[in-house]
Amino acid sequence: MYKIKFIALKELRHIMRDPRSLVIAILMPILMTLLYGYAINLDIKNIKLAVIDFDKTSASSDLIGRFYNSEYFSKATDQVYIDDPEMILKKGQANAVLIIGPGLGEAIQKLKNIQNPANLMIDKYELGLTVDGADANMAAAAGSYSSIIVTQVIKDNLPPGFELPGIRISRQVFYNPDLKSSHFFVPGLIAVILMMISALLTSVTIAREKETGTMEQLLTTPITPRQIIIAKMLPYIGLAILDGIIVLGFGVFHFGVPFIGSTLLLFVFGVIYVITALAIGILISTMVKTQLLAMMGAMIVTVLPAVMLSGFIFEIKNMPMILQIITHIVPARYFILIIRGIMLKGSSIELLWVEGLFLILLTIVLLAVATRRFKLGVD
Amino acid sequence: MNLVKINNLDKSYGQLKAVSDFCLSADQGELLAVAGPDGAGKTTIFRTVCGLLEYNNGTINLAGFDIDKEFDKIKPLLGYMPQNFSLYPDLSVEENLYFYAGLFGMKKNEYEQKKERLYQFSGLGPFAKRRAGKLSGGMKQKLALSCNLIHDPKILILDEPTTGVDPVSRRQFWDILKKLKQDGSTIIVSTPYMDEVALADRAIFVHNGQKLIEGKPDELLSHFNSAIYKIKAVPSSEVMTRLNQIEGVISRRFGSSIHLYTDPQQKIEVHYNRLSQLGISSESIAPIKPELEDLFIQLMEKSDA
Repeated sequence: MYKIKFIALKELRHIMRDPRSLVIAILMPILMTLLYGYAINLDIKNIKLAVIDFDKTSASSDLIGRFYNSEYFSKATDQVYIDDPEMILKKGQANAVLIIGPGLGEAIQKLKNIQNPANLMIDKYELGLTVDGADANMAAAAGSYSSIIVTQVIKDNLPPGFELPGIRISRQVFYNPDLKSSHFFVPGLIAVILMMISALLTSVTIAREKETGTMEQLLTTPITPRQIIIAKMLPYIGLAILDGIIVLGFGVFHFGVPFIGSTLLLFVFGVIYVITALAIGILISTMVKTQLLAMMGAMIVTVLPAVMLSGFIFEIKNMPMILQIITHIVPARYFILIIRGIMLKGSSIELLWVEGLFLILLTIVLLAVATRRFKLGVD
Repeated sequence: MNLVKINNLDKSYGQLKAVSDFCLSADQGELLAVAGPDGAGKTTIFRTVCGLLEYNNGTINLAGFDIDKEFDKIKPLLGYMPQNFSLYPDLSVEENLYFYAGLFGMKKNEYEQKKERLYQFSGLGPFAKRRAGKLSGGMKQKLALSCNLIHDPKILILDEPTTGVDPVSRRQFWDILKKLKQDGSTIIVSTPYMDEVALADRAIFVHNGQKLIEGKPDELLSHFNSAIYKIKAVPSSEVMTRLNQIEGVISRRFGSSIHLYTDPQQKIEVHYNRLSQLGISSESIAPIKPELEDLFIQLMEKSDA
């Protein structure tokens, strides 16, 4: 214990005296949070809409107004090929074109004067919507947003007391009622950043001791590899937790991500996850001889899987089977489920212990392999 | 009593044999020099002895413990100073010392006493707060040695501690080693400098991973069995090549002059003719006493032949 304290304190001195790595450790998470928080935005808003209006009645201008006043659509500029929807899309002047054929005014008028609900669907009037399908998500969104607006127009023009017939879905969204993607991303981002920073810093610190030859000196003193590993981890656990708090703070206070669940539970799982990441860093350092290689190794081994194979952005269920199997050894996969559960749904330990167990198992295996390789790797 | 005993050590890197059938023993209070050119295998031997390399064959025994079985018992008794500076450059002199004290489980007051003694003989006291990376070459080596002395090791293994250090610091360093030896430490030190070999109790010459000869420095020279002459001439590469073409003559550049080794049965006069063709007059040739380096060259030639 006494010796571990010594190495840990020495490590802390290294961190404090190397402003560059301190900057990486503190500034990088902040930068990444802002970058991801703003850049990865899957909310579809401001679809550029061009309108070709053949009706030119007050009803058509009311409809156009409703489209443009919604937050989903915005006005397309420079409508040169005003009569040719395809050309508008081709030129990229708009993402969607709404074509209002003659007769909208009449159709609305008939709605207003309706006497008998049985006559409701007699007169058919069709609006045209041409959508640029290159962006599939946006095209789908344009369609559903349009029908929401049109349904509202019909409802508003029916005489009082009349209702639209048919079966409708009454939708309720839990946990993220505004369907904001930042709520979804920020917790995942914490997982990615913790993984990257922890693995990167530990692998570099051990590689540095190899590069300068101090590792050789250490191994001839009465210190066991296990003591070195524990001592090396301690200061970085602290640093990683600090990073976690910074990113969490940005998420909650800047992006307004809710935090419903238990802070303590998140802390406990967070520490386990950080140890997993540190173990990966140590394992990498046993395989390389230079700081540069350690850095590259850590980036590839941690960031790529944590972003691509963890469910951070892409749904694991939609991946090919082989990738789905691989995700089981990606620690971020478990922690993302845990942190989203705790922050957004307030999940308790009963719902998360399986993920927690997987994380602990992974950590034990990684640490065992790292300790074994540690001594052999000095040559 | 043998504090260090290496028997028939073999170590290869793949196909390359780095050390073969190497034996070494050192008694308590002995200062043993291991000399040889770069690539002779000195570092490989030392790292193997310190448990940092696996070896293929042989036995290594330190302070009565087998390195394979009881390395943990050896560690507190061993001080190893690698060839390259291996302290933390961003820590100060004192922090480095304190760190190593901690590694050996030393308590604070014990350390304070020890530190003062180490400062006394190393002269590092005034630089206690200086970062190790900012020390001069000689001071760095003294600090590295001090860190390895903090736990009073019985066995000190120093890999070329004076390489790249200025002559004054080298001298000081060896004075320290002599003192340590008098205190009872067993010291094994490697060096490429033959003048340092003369300062040791015993020396081992190593070449191509093999022992060439072993003995007390002043007795070693009795093994030299050539006639030796010093030629005052510029040792240009052309002269050297043509000198070595002469039958029965080996020549080596020695600073700004040339050493000529010949068969002691043969008189030097038989070569005068050839030498004068190279512009070397008989007046510029004089017999001299051999030095350790001359012996080394002769033994190397023999082993390579």
